[in-house]
Order: sequence, then C-alpha cells, then structure tokens
Amino acid sequence: MSILGTRVLRTEDPRFLTSGGVYTEDVVDERLDGACHVFFVRSPVAHARILSVDVSAALEAPGVIAAFTGADLADLPLVKPSPMFNPQMTRSVLPADKVRYVGEPVAVVVTEQAYQGEDAMELVDVDYDPLPAVVDFGSAADNEVLLYEEAGTNVAATFGDPDALDEHLFDECEVVTTRTILNQRVAPAPMESRAGAAVWGEDGRVTAWIPNQGAQGTQGGLARLLGLKPEQVHIITPDVGGAFGAKFGADPEHVMVAWVARQLGRPARWTETRYENLVAMTHGRAQLQTVTIGGRRDGTVLAYRLEIIQDSGAHIRIGAMLPFLTILMTPGPYEIPRAEAVARSVVTNTTPIGAYRGAGRPEASAALERAMDLFAAEIGMDPAEVRRRNLLPKFTEPHRTKFGALYDTGDYVAALDKVLAAAGYDELRKEQAERRARGDAVALGIGLASYVEITGMGDGEEQPPQENATVEVHPDGTATILTGTSPHGQGHATAWAMLASEELGIPVDKFTLKWGDTDLVPEGGGTGGSRSLQHGGSAVRQAAQELIEVARERAASELEANPADLRFDVGRSAFEVAGDPDASVPLASLAEEDRLVVRTVFTAPGATFPFGSHVAVVEVDTETGKVVLRRIITVDDAGFVLNPLLAEGQRHGGIAQGAAQAFIEEVVYDADGNPLTASFADYPFLSATEVPSFELAEMQTLTTYNPLGVKGIGEAGSIGATPAVQNAVIDALSHLGVRHIDMPTSPQRVWRALNATQAEKETA
Amino acid sequence: MIPAPFDYVAAQSPAHALDLLDRHGDEAKLLAGGHSLLPMMKLRLATPSVLIDIGRLAELTGIRAEGDELVIGAATPHAVLASSELVRADAPLLAHSAAQVGDPQIRHRGTIGGSLAHADPAADLPMALLALGGSVDLLGRDGTRNVVADDFFTGFFETSLAEDELIAAVRVPRRPGQGWGYQKFVRRANDWAVVGVAAVDGRIALANMGSVPLRAHAAERALAEGAGPAEAAELAADDTEPSEDVHADRDYRRHLARVLTRRALTRRT
Amino acid sequence: MQVELTVNGRRRTDEVEPRLLLVHYLREVCGLRAANVGCDTTSCGACTVLLNGTSVKSCTVLTVQANGQQVTTAEGLASNGDLHPVQAAFRQEHGLQCGFCTPGMVMATVGLLSENPHPTETEVREGLEGNFCRCTGYHNIVRAVLAAAEAGAGAEAGA
Repeated sequence: MSILGTRVLRTEDPRFLTSGGVYTEDVVDERLDGACHVFFVRSPVAHARILSVDVSAALEAPGVIAAFTGADLADLPLVKPSPMFNPQMTRSVLPADKVRYVGEPVAVVVTEQAYQGEDAMELVDVDYDPLPAVVDFGSAADNEVLLYEEAGTNVAATFGDPDALDEHLFDECEVVTTRTILNQRVAPAPMESRAGAAVWGEDGRVTAWIPNQGAQGTQGGLARLLGLKPEQVHIITPDVGGAFGAKFGADPEHVMVAWVARQLGRPARWTETRYENLVAMTHGRAQLQTVTIGGRRDGTVLAYRLEIIQDSGAHIRIGAMLPFLTILMTPGPYEIPRAEAVARSVVTNTTPIGAYRGAGRPEASAALERAMDLFAAEIGMDPAEVRRRNLLPKFTEPHRTKFGALYDTGDYVAALDKVLAAAGYDELRKEQAERRARGDAVALGIGLASYVEITGMGDGEEQPPQENATVEVHPDGTATILTGTSPHGQGHATAWAMLASEELGIPVDKFTLKWGDTDLVPEGGGTGGSRSLQHGGSAVRQAAQELIEVARERAASELEANPADLRFDVGRSAFEVAGDPDASVPLASLAEEDRLVVRTVFTAPGATFPFGSHVAVVEVDTETGKVVLRRIITVDDAGFVLNPLLAEGQRHGGIAQGAAQAFIEEVVYDADGNPLTASFADYPFLSATEVPSFELAEMQTLTTYNPLGVKGIGEAGSIGATPAVQNAVIDALSHLGVRHIDMPTSPQRVWRALNATQAEKETA
Repeated sequence: MIPAPFDYVAAQSPAHALDLLDRHGDEAKLLAGGHSLLPMMKLRLATPSVLIDIGRLAELTGIRAEGDELVIGAATPHAVLASSELVRADAPLLAHSAAQVGDPQIRHRGTIGGSLAHADPAADLPMALLALGGSVDLLGRDGTRNVVADDFFTGFFETSLAEDELIAAVRVPRRPGQGWGYQKFVRRANDWAVVGVAAVDGRIALANMGSVPLRAHAAERALAEGAGPAEAAELAADDTEPSEDVHADRDYRRHLARVLTRRALTRRT
Repeated sequence: MQVELTVNGRRRTDEVEPRLLLVHYLREVCGLRAANVGCDTTSCGACTVLLNGTSVKSCTVLTVQANGQQVTTAEGLASNGDLHPVQAAFRQEHGLQCGFCTPGMVMATVGLLSENPHPTETEVREGLEGNFCRCTGYHNIVRAVLAAAEAGAGAEAGA
C-alpha cells in the first residue's frame, strides 16, 4: 500500500498547535543570553540628502548602549546590483548621503531592553534636505529627477529593445485592440515580519538566526555584505512565519544586526514592527503593462505584444529582474503565431520590489488573460471559446516556445473544459443573462484565466536545477533527513518523510527533518519558485533508494547471501532472502556498526510547467461598486499529487493571494512618496469574510522530468486567480459598456468605470 | 508600537477617578476598554503620562430601563451591548451598531463610553447615538449633566466632555417595534465605515461624511414633508464636506451617502 | 507595579511596567511564546488569548488591566498531552501552514464556539474577521472550526 498520494496529516502540527512555532523572535538560546536590542530609525521622506544625523540625545536615553549612523558603517562593502543592471546603482548598507524611500534606515539605536528602543529612537535628530520624489513609472523614465546621479538615468535595465518594436506585427489582423493596464504594487505581508539575531564566536564566525527561504543564500548574502567568506557565517533558520518570496537572502537590517553584534561584542536581536514590514520589506508586482492583441474575427489570435515598465523601487532587488520571467512566459498556454515583449526596469522613490508569490509569472498571465478578454469583447465572442480556439493542443513531448521556454507536458484544453464543467459555466451565463434582462442592480460576473507557469528553474544553462538530500537510518528505527529546501509552512517534514517512508518502510512519524542550518546543510537551493518537491523531494526519494542499496550490501553480508537474492520488504522494513522470510534482517539493525547514511544530489533536466484554468464568479453592486467574490473554481495541474492535503493547502493560499490582488489589496503612495497603506488598518489585507470556500477540481498531467512526475504547485493558485477575478468583475459590467478596470477593483474604481461609460453614453 | 511610559492608577470609584483627573489635568486620560486609546498610544499619537482605569467600576456598568429610556453604563463592552435582550428589544439599532464595531475580540473590550469619548466620525456608536437622539450623562465634581448627542460631538475627535468629567452613562429612547435601518459600507471586514448611515424615527445620521457624525438634515426635512425614501435620500449628502482618502474621494463618498441612506430607509435591517 | 494574574491555571505575582502589553508579559515574563505579535494596529489577532474566558487581543490590553484576572493561552488548552478538540480539528483539516497565526486563531475559535457552539460558515468567517492568515486562504481554517463545532467543542469550551 503506497503512502504516496494519500492525505497524511502533518507531523509538524502538534508542536505548532500546543507550544507554538519557534520563530526568530521566540528563540531562546544561551548564545543569545544578554542580547542587546537593535532598532532602526527610518526616513520619513521619500527622497532627500542626509545633511546630518544627531544621535547625542538618543545616547542619553535610558538603556541606550550605542547609536550608529551611515558614517560608522562606511567600511562595509557597497551593495552592488548584479551585472545585468546599471552598475552605478550601488548603495550602502546604511546610507550616509541620501535616502531614497520612506522607511529606508538611516540610523541604528541599540538598547538593553526591547521597550527602551522606541523611546530612544524618537530622540535621534536627522536633518534632511528634501529632493523631489519620483513615484510613478512615467516620471521615473523621464529622468528629470535621478535616484542615482552617477547612473545618469533611472532605467536600471532593459529587456529586449523597447524602441525597436516590430511595426508589422499586427499586419494580418482584422481586429487589433490595445490597452495600458496596471499590475499594481502589493505587500507580501507574511504574518511573521522580519527579524534577526546574531552573535560572534571567538573563532571569528558569526552565528545568525534569520527567517529565510534558503539558509545558504542568506549565508552568502550576509557574508558578502559583511566582507566575510561564507564559511565564516553560520545561519540557523528557526520556524519561519511565511515568506512568499520576500525572505530570500539577507536584508540590510540583517547585516546591521550582525555588524552591531561584532561592534559591541555581545549578541544582538531585532524584530521589525508591522509598519516597518509594510514599508521596508520588499513589495511585489508593480508593472505597468501595455498589451496589444490582434487576430481574426473567427477568434484566432494572430499577434500579441507586451510592453512592460517594471517599477523596481528605490533599490535593485529581485523585482528589477522579474520582467525576464514575465517575458519568458509571454505567450502563456496559447498558440500565438507572432508575439513580442519588451521591458524597462526603473527605479523610483518607493520600497524596493522583490519576489512575491509567482514572481514575474502572475504578471505575464494577468496581462495575457486581460488581453484575451479584450480581444473577445472586441469580436463579440465568448471568452471561453476564444481561449479554447487558441490554446496549444495537448502535448506529451516538450514544446519549445518562441520565447525560449521548453514546456514539458501540458493539456490546456482539458484543464479549461474541466473547470468550465466544474463551474457549471453554461448555467452561470444563463443566470447572468437573466439578471441582465431583469436589470438587476447586483450584476453577476464570470471571469476566466488559463495559465501555464514555470517552476523549478535552476540558475540557468550552466547550473541545471538540482537539490541535495541526506537520509540516515538510526539503530533505534528512527531516521533523519537533511534537505536543502527551506520549508515555511509547506509541510516538508511530512512530505519528505512520506517519500522516504515509501522506500524504507519506516513510519512517517519516526522521521526528523533538518534544514536551514548551514553547518548541517552547507548546500541547498532553498524554497521558492515552487521547486521544493520536484527537486528536494526527488532528492529525498533518491537518497532513500540509494540507502537501500548500501544497506543491501550489509544485509547480504549479514545473511551470508548474494545481494541479488535479497528482497527488501517495505512493510517490515527488513531485507529477506527471496523465498525465505525467516532469513531476514531489519533495516535499522544495519546501522548498528556503521552509520547508515547516504547523501545524494538529484538533478532535473530542466524546469517544469504546471498549468491550469480558473473560473471566478463575482457579484458587483452597480450602485456602490462593491465586489463580492462568490465562487472560485480551479484546475491547477502540477502533475502527481504527493499529499492532497498539502497540495490543496498550497492552492487555497495561492488562490486567496491571487484573488486579493485582483479586488482588494494595493500599496498606495501619495505624490510625494509617502506610503498611505503602512499598517494593517490601512493596507486592505484579506480577511476570512472576503473569500468563499474554494472549489478545487483535480487533474494530474505528470512530467517526465523526475521519477515522481511532479511539478511545482506553490504559486499556481496566485497565477490563475488574479486574472480570473479581475476578468469576472469586468465581465459583470460588460453589458454596461465597461471594458477594463485596473486592479484592485475597489468599489471606487468600479464606480468610476461605471460613471465613465455612463458619461460616454451621454455624450455619444 | 508600544506606548511611551506612563503611570497607571486603578480608580476605586467614579469620585476617585474625578479626583485623579483633577490632580493630573490634561496629563491624564481615562482608560476603560482601551480599544480606542491604547491603539493611539501604541502609535504614540497620544502620550498621556497618567492612565486612570475606570474599566472595572461597577457604577459604570449595567443596562437598565428607566422610564422611556434605556440607561447604559459607559463601561459596557460592545459585546455585552450587542447581546443584551433589553437593548435588542427596545433600541435594536444600538445593539446592531455595537455588533458592527471591529471584530469579536475588539468587541469584548471596547466600551460605549470609550467609543463616544473618542468621537471618531467614522465609528459606529457615535453615528448610532446621533440617529437615536440619545444623550450622555457626564459626571463631574458638581454632579451629573446630560448632553444630547446633537450637542456632544463638537469637532474632529472632540466632544463636549470636559477635562474633569467622565462619561457615566449613555441614554437612548426606548422604541420597541420601531423600524430602523443601518448601512455600514466597508472595503474589508474590520474596517471603519467608508460611509455609514443609521436611520430611525425620521432621524438620519451619517458616519465619515465630515469631521463629526452628522445629521442628514435636508433628507430628514424631505421625509418629514412626505417625500419617499428614494427622494429624501437624494439629499443625504447636502451640506457635507467629506474628506478624501485611499478608499474614497469626495464625490464617491457623497454618492455612497445617498445610496446608503436610501437603503437604510427602505431595507429595515 | 505589582500584578497578580492566573495564567493557564497557575497564579503568579510579577513586577511590571504599566505600559507592558499583556502579550509581552505572556511571552517575555511567563515564557509563553505561542501568542505572536503580528501588527501594530489591533488588526491581525495573532496575539489572541482568553481573558476571563473571552477572546481578546493581548497586544491591546495592558498587563495591569488584567491584574487579578485569568488568562488562558494556547499552551493552556491541551490537557494531559492530548490536543484540545479545536487544536485536533485544526490538525485534521490542515488549518495551519506556517503556524504564526495559529495560536491566536485557535484561541479566537475557542472564544467563538463558546459564544456560538454551532456557527454557519458565514458566522465562522465573520467570527474570525479579527484574525488574519496569509498562508491558508482561510478555507481549511473554516473547515477546522466547523469540524470542531461538530465535535462539540463549543459546549466544552463554554464550560
């Protein structure tokens, strides 16, 4: 009886439910005894020269041990962007010369007790010489006000040639429509904000507890910014309270906590407030997109162009390079004969943009799915039909797109058909027609999205995607797994135990999973880009299988038999001589003399491409503009489902975040770059009342890229749900002439769109 | 995210609380449930040096009928108000309003006195009290004075409560069986109203349409003159200067006021 | 100031600053770190505990306000090593992923069911509007609460 594919409850849960997870702020460790508390004074202005930072009054406040400014940290290496970006866009870990966004740290205050920090911070006096703030995409590209003077421009990078578009791209099209749409800035807002703790040893190594998505990457980042070799940095990863792409690597604050610990010769700790999290943790998305789509009136799409301006925020972080992924996925699941995509990344006086669930791919799907609906509206065809006519037909051999992506397996039409059936699409259209005929003030909208996305990417051609795992069986019948992944809610302890249990016959609850400690696991790719199961899980399975072979040799010697004559009985977790069950030896006993441990590396041939289709059903109150999300029905096909409980959880979470972007959440700045949504009271974080229970339909199209047949599921939900919900809102109002509403479709935006079409009708 | 330092005294009686207010003047603030005051203090938008806790004074709790009024102790938590059989029977708009404040945890702590003293123009209870034509009993050195809701909210987060007074009780007329309407438009659960409307007995109160909770006088007059709800509601935003924020601009707020007033007048909640 | 609180059934006396938030008292003084601080504006509910049996956001209660009163945290729910029915339901329905919101969510659920032992789905969602979760999309949390209600957790919690 295989355990794979079954709903195994999480072994992690009892601890989380009773004593609670141990997050970085919770860590009690004798190495951190006597830790001082680190606080960051942050800029209240979006763009300014720093004239002076006076910490003298703060130093007199109760409990203040020290205070530091940019000048004190001037010997730390500069933070340089990766080579694809404008090399002049460097910055200091703690700026001494200028600030570039509200929330950027400008001074550090260190206190004995946590409660003393805020009191002391108020006494730090910073003199700013304000500069004009560049807040929107358009004015950033104008280059009238520069964030980095030496760079001579606010354009950090260009993808393709935005000035050399193919002017003949749409020549054969009977119908062409174009629109500039916004994929708005959102806040990842994991429930656990950022934190850090650090202490230096006599040996010159720093041990740092940092919530992260990959300890090895955090180790590298911290080392680089401290001017150390990676071996001098020991990262320990406590429980992590969510990350969603925003906890990769090391942030300036983490570097400064470590620096303070070294400077003061004692351990140092930091926990950020939610305000800090909402202004200084990287944000997500923030692309301005111009979509142009053309084709024939019979529904065939012939050409599509995507032009992107990526807001990078004030610093070059992951966000600045995301257009690369957006462009890679330009054609999505469709057969589009001619397509092109270009992008510019610009810096602005706002919070830097990082990765956020989907990281570049939701942006591609959102643009494409809007374009498909715009095209459908233009030719007066049902949006489901338009999609069906243009989706790539089923393929089982890898399919290379003109954008260089090699889709492994896909059956997009089946996904669409399945979700339409599950949603009762025809009945929904009927109900919509009835409401329209009655002139109901509450309009029904049905929105679709078909998507394909890239998971498990690896680092490019030179470094194919891979992950390591170590499996060890102990004489007492328990087992330990070391993984290079970095779970923060995904349930790897249970999932990896299932995979190993399948091979070794050891019960799931007898496994211990270890990760995130660079002394224990020096190599690893972390968790992100939906890579963990396909690479990390495959590695665990492979290690367990290799361990059986190592054990087989020992068993053969024990049983004085030929290894080839031995059979491993998973049910008993024992080797037996084939045909003679009494001649057996338990697996665990083979660990008594020598450790029974195997480390392996699983290498994948390439990235995999999960896909799906979503249907969203909304009601829009045409008097107030309020949107109520009634149903979301999805097909998210990521190949084999190892544990349906965990897979569903990932889909639910992704769907909720995707839907939230479509109709509720947004980060807002005023014209001076002041953040207006810097608390959970102002940032419209999704609550339980805004979403319904979701309806998940099942489909499993295996990949051939790993023995399990799995692709990545973590981000799929957010990629499909955003356009489905946005399209649903617009669909609800299409009979009133509405063709587009930018996200989020807040009540006011919806109301304005209705007024605009009303006004158009009146002037016509 | 944590308040500036302060001293704390648990008042032994309302008179003791008044003594302390007298002694500390504008350095002191009264604390009941703390769910208007403490959030402000945590953001350091308020920095009193003394907190006088009146949250557990028996004299300030309790709900009773007194003639044609309900008398509600100022330190009554929203949850208690919302579930009170007496209030649900005789002033259901008030019970309903209390049930809309924040979320269950907030309702377990926040009090009606605290909410009224805080006087957030976007809040539920100030609007409800105004619609009901209720009043507050203000206890001072010289005894109790009663101030009607129409006179109580004097400015943006300001009331006629003097520095040396405390709200002892809230009074609302008993109107068992009378129809009422309540509309609270939010972008997301747990939010303050983008615009709110409460209507009962010919009175219409608006939340977040100005610096104080407002009466929609023009709409009320129209109703009194025999106009239907839709017609009267068209005047709901007259003479209002609502603020603008991330949720709504002036035009949209005015539009919402009209729509929600019509709904409050026609959809008996 | 000296305060005396009964925390998870054990009475204790401590010397605290008036401004010490109850959540920090529980975490730093009592060593009970299941309740988490997730926001600055009394919005997210990760700090939810029971104060005299009713759910409150402990980030917005001063320790001194809770003087002489009873606090129950997630650590105090389970007895004899068994999971409380609400905790068991959360596990059964996969109502937690990263776990950061979970103790608060569980305590809010205990509070909700003690006041409404058999809520509808809508009542569950509204009852938890003061508890934010980023991981689960709330779907399985709702299932967990309904399952706990089905198992009679409300009657037990109210006792």
